[in-house]
Amino acid sequence: MAVPVAFFGLFFAYPVAAILARGLRADGVWHFGRIADVVAQPDIRHVLWFTTWQALVSTALTLLIALPGAYVLARFDFPGKQVLRAVVTVPFVLPTVVVGTAFLALVGRGGLLDELWGVRLDTTVWAILLAHVFFNYAVVVRTVGGLWSQLDPRQEEAARMLGASRFAAWRTVTLPALAPAVAAAALMVFLFTFTSFGVVQILGGPTFSTLEVEIYRQTSEIFDLSTAAVLTIIQFLAVGAILGVHAWTVRRRETALRLVDASGTARRPCGAGQWGLLAGVLTTIAVLLVMPLAVLVQRSLDAPGFAYFKELTSDDSGVFLVAPVEAIGNSLQYALAATAIAVVIGGLAAAALARRDAGRLVRGFDALLMLPLGVSAVTVGFGFLIALDEPPLDLRSSWILVPLAQALVGVPFVVRTMLPVLRAVDTRLREAAAVLGASPWRVWREVDLPMVRRALLVAAGFAFAVSLGEFGATVFIARPDNPTLPVAVARLLGRPGDLNYGQAMALSTILMVVCAVALLLLERIRTDRAGEL
Amino acid sequence: MGPGEGQGPGSGSGDGPEAGAAAMPRPMLRLDGATVRFGARAALDDVRLEVAEHETVCVLGPSGSGKSTLLRAVAGLQPLDAGRVSLDGRDLGGVPAHRRGVGLMFQDHQLFPQRDVGGNVAFGLRMRGASKAEQSARVRELLELVGLPGAAERNVASLSGGEQQRVALARALAPRPRLLMLDEPLGQLDRSLRERLVVELRELFHTLGTTVLAVTHDQGEAFALADRVVVMRDGRIAQSGTPLQVWQRPADEFVARFLGFDNVVPATVSGEAADTPWGKVPVPEGSPQGPGTLLVRPAGVRLTDPAEGLRCTVTGRTFRGTHVAVQLQPEGAPRLEAACALRDAPEIGTEAGVLFDAAEISVLEGAEDA
Amino acid sequence: MSTTKKFVAVAVGLGLVTLSACTSSDSDSGDGAAESRTVTLVSHDSWAASKTVIDDFEKQSGYQVKVLKDGDAGQALNKAILTKDNPQGDVFFGVDNTLLSRALDNKLFQSYQAKESDLIPPEYLVDPLKHRVTPIDFGDICVNYDKAYFEERGLTPPESFDDLVKPEYKDLLVTENASTSSPGLGFLLGTAAKYGDDGWQDYWTKLKANGVKVVDGWEQAYNEEFSGSAAGKKAKGDRPLVVSYASSPPAEVVFADPKPKTAPTGVAYGTCFRQVEYAGLLTNAENAKGGKALIDFLISKKFQADLPLNMFVYPMREDAQVPEEFTKYGKAAEDSETMAPNKIAKNRDQWVKSWTSLVLK
Repeated sequence: MAVPVAFFGLFFAYPVAAILARGLRADGVWHFGRIADVVAQPDIRHVLWFTTWQALVSTALTLLIALPGAYVLARFDFPGKQVLRAVVTVPFVLPTVVVGTAFLALVGRGGLLDELWGVRLDTTVWAILLAHVFFNYAVVVRTVGGLWSQLDPRQEEAARMLGASRFAAWRTVTLPALAPAVAAAALMVFLFTFTSFGVVQILGGPTFSTLEVEIYRQTSEIFDLSTAAVLTIIQFLAVGAILGVHAWTVRRRETALRLVDASGTARRPCGAGQWGLLAGVLTTIAVLLVMPLAVLVQRSLDAPGFAYFKELTSDDSGVFLVAPVEAIGNSLQYALAATAIAVVIGGLAAAALARRDAGRLVRGFDALLMLPLGVSAVTVGFGFLIALDEPPLDLRSSWILVPLAQALVGVPFVVRTMLPVLRAVDTRLREAAAVLGASPWRVWREVDLPMVRRALLVAAGFAFAVSLGEFGATVFIARPDNPTLPVAVARLLGRPGDLNYGQAMALSTILMVVCAVALLLLERIRTDRAGEL
Repeated sequence: MGPGEGQGPGSGSGDGPEAGAAAMPRPMLRLDGATVRFGARAALDDVRLEVAEHETVCVLGPSGSGKSTLLRAVAGLQPLDAGRVSLDGRDLGGVPAHRRGVGLMFQDHQLFPQRDVGGNVAFGLRMRGASKAEQSARVRELLELVGLPGAAERNVASLSGGEQQRVALARALAPRPRLLMLDEPLGQLDRSLRERLVVELRELFHTLGTTVLAVTHDQGEAFALADRVVVMRDGRIAQSGTPLQVWQRPADEFVARFLGFDNVVPATVSGEAADTPWGKVPVPEGSPQGPGTLLVRPAGVRLTDPAEGLRCTVTGRTFRGTHVAVQLQPEGAPRLEAACALRDAPEIGTEAGVLFDAAEISVLEGAEDA
Repeated sequence: MSTTKKFVAVAVGLGLVTLSACTSSDSDSGDGAAESRTVTLVSHDSWAASKTVIDDFEKQSGYQVKVLKDGDAGQALNKAILTKDNPQGDVFFGVDNTLLSRALDNKLFQSYQAKESDLIPPEYLVDPLKHRVTPIDFGDICVNYDKAYFEERGLTPPESFDDLVKPEYKDLLVTENASTSSPGLGFLLGTAAKYGDDGWQDYWTKLKANGVKVVDGWEQAYNEEFSGSAAGKKAKGDRPLVVSYASSPPAEVVFADPKPKTAPTGVAYGTCFRQVEYAGLLTNAENAKGGKALIDFLISKKFQADLPLNMFVYPMREDAQVPEEFTKYGKAAEDSETMAPNKIAKNRDQWVKSWTSLVLK
């Protein structure tokens, strides 16, 4: 427990506090009066209002579109299901800069919708909403679907034997059982969309701005640190509240249900209705999730003889000090280091949280671990700059800063994945080993590790994919001679000329393939337990 | 042996020599004022207990009486709030579970699902750094001992309940613990298997000379297995003695009722008779005088002609294999249970008279309070 | 319980290993011996220079050059200001005239007059008394046009700010958000310079009525919305006018494969705003001596000649050769709008605010 606390204190709380202090503290006095001033500005109010309502609508829309998908993936058995599950998860781990570009190609000018019906959604709020659905589809499918597939179908059968219609049985038995999972998924989606950054920035144009985007603008462009600090505090409070409610629903879900093995609950669809539902879900996935990715691939191949890919290996483009292809190696190295950190920190935190005698304080830490997901990357990035500037912690120009920042985002995923599994390990099994002479370390190695190995792999995989795609913080701290894939993509997009654009698409494609392969491997070792993702 | 001698330390003075331990030179395990609290409730309340070398002690009690906590405290899985545990004269305070050198067989066995039978049995040896050859020899030896020769390669999930129990036992025995503790060792098995295994276990412990501390809620199991029985109630020791002592002279009403005796009433003893709701009842010679609690074992309830003795209505008959338990309702007095031979059992609804046999009657310590 | 303590002890051990790993890797950049031999340049992502030119400098001066590219121009500057007490380098390159006041107000630089600063045209020497910054290069932010679009329609491309509000160019222009994009701000300042403190708002009202589209960044404007760039063509951009740089047409040629004979885009030279980039010696520079040498190098003829094709800007020194690509596919604007940095400093934030409510809301 001490290590995760120290980690978060040093690499999260301290830098964030430092940057807040820079904005709100002058002459040794905190100026909290700034909060009222900032909130009173109509522009800021507009931002707050937009942030809230777009998150609400995005969440509702995501649930509406993804719940049938969750059902189909949970209850139907059909060829290619595993691949499909990986496919819907790919968007979630893709960097926003790639997705924004890809999505623009679908709903933007000259996109598919434009070509077919002359419909353009870019610069409208619809593009943002649809992209949010694109990103968060997996959250609903995996959180709700994971539980759904483990609900005992016999419970519904029991209700039907007692005279309930098919729908009534679903409404009275399955829905209440699912409700906490749906609520947890909804809150997660709300959190992600409330703090949406890349999507809003790329698709929203200058008119739409969420809190996160505004924090970025105030910090990075306008350099108004005090406004940024106030906004950060507001976002912090909002995210804290969301996480609190989320932790509460999750705890309810963990305690209330008896689950069965997921492999026994799915069956082949039968009847026109079910086949129709399956077809509908597949179509939705194809249009909403696969199409933008396909456009990306198509554009990367849009030169004879893989020219864009070949160009990646040449280092005379002037964009970097190295050939763009080296970004792949950098990304992998950073992501591996970040994964190692995230697994150690997240694993320790999960082990501490899983203890039966974990007190209220420790459980509070559970929610706290999620906070990095809700704090602007630019805040953390700038915080690192001014907080970690003295030996022995002058990490500003150290390579470790990038994996550290990425690990901050990876840890919550590790904890979320490990916690349910660790909680499921019978304490008495550990005691049995201890009585037989195993030291605590041996107990962990002999009892816990074999049981959580798969969960650990899944957690590591997620942390890896998330680290690989992390952009917001990395772009601030990655050194130019060691760009990561997303940073390289963004830099290439920032240069004129067809070759640069094509290379950006090619790198994006590579990134997407790496993520997809990682996820496919994860599908093979997926745990049976209902993890959150 | 006088009626006071079987009293455990929890209810009496307790400083006298233990009945079963009298022959043993020194206790191997000793608990002194062991106390464990869960919030306001004391799961173990000032428990004093000694187990001599080669002795098999069974802790008997209803669920929630603190008997599992007792084992966990000895194993080092549950820290004490007060008191001390010592093994071979060495204080175990601060010694972690894995260094105590005691064996514990869990209630539901807790076999490691990811290891095969051999891996489970060898686990403790491996933790002690035993060589591969030593491990496999010991595994073979123990599996033979528990009647599962050649099962080392089997998956634990494929074992039946009885087989799992044997593997768990072999696993606990393998590192040759100074003290073997069993938590409801036969709890989940079916009756016939239980009866067979309890005999096997007793023979095994006898042969090996193992010192055993077992807990169970099943009196039959305890009486069959133990040299000495310790009855627990609400974290305290209610009685301690040989199975016969406990059976014949329950220390108090709680123990009596826990052992399945229902004919327990308040009584006032004077001389060799007692005043009870059932009228005057004869008591053995030398019974404590004055107000007390009276136990009438079912065998001490003799059925005769309705005209003689206490007049009762037969309200139920339960077949018990060797005898029939007959429920009797006297007028204006608590129910009575009688044991009688198959052919003598009266029909439900008929009337019968009851006479009491002083040899099957005990006067218990303490007033009725349960 | 002792179980927990052990576990924590192991965990702390692991953590310390991690920490010591980072500190040790960190220390190779900061040990005393290397310090005086290394000079660190902090710049923005667009920094680029030919390796041979840097190598020459290292050989001549004996300094090892380390470059820290720290985000886009605005970010790099903001980071430099945040870390000025304990700077990450010795020299900062890449603050332009639109943001110069932010650097000077925050006392980012210390005085140093570069050796050959007399070769810099005097109008660019904005800090003649203290010499805290040295101008290194300039570029022009101008409207670019898609040649093909105007040829196909037989339409004359616009040439001036005034042209842009004419009905024949309705719905053709895309520009960038002045609050988040450097060319966007430059274009706004250009109109302010042209129409004055009071006139620019009228002009933008007209421009808005004429269908100007505003996007957040140059990337989106140029690569997505503009129909003349290679990427924009692919993205089916439909705006033939974009606010970009005077050097963008040569870039379209240099980065094309195969290279076209002429640039596909042209520049409306009457819409330009001159952007000047400066370098300065950071206030608490560890290696001030090396920093000074580096600034001298930045204004040296060799580096100046190397600049254009690397960063697509024009050299500050008049005697530096401009490459053939620049002269063949474009030219520097002759009468760009300019504005004194202190005037920009005084008005920038207020203008951007007014502009935002006028154009975006």
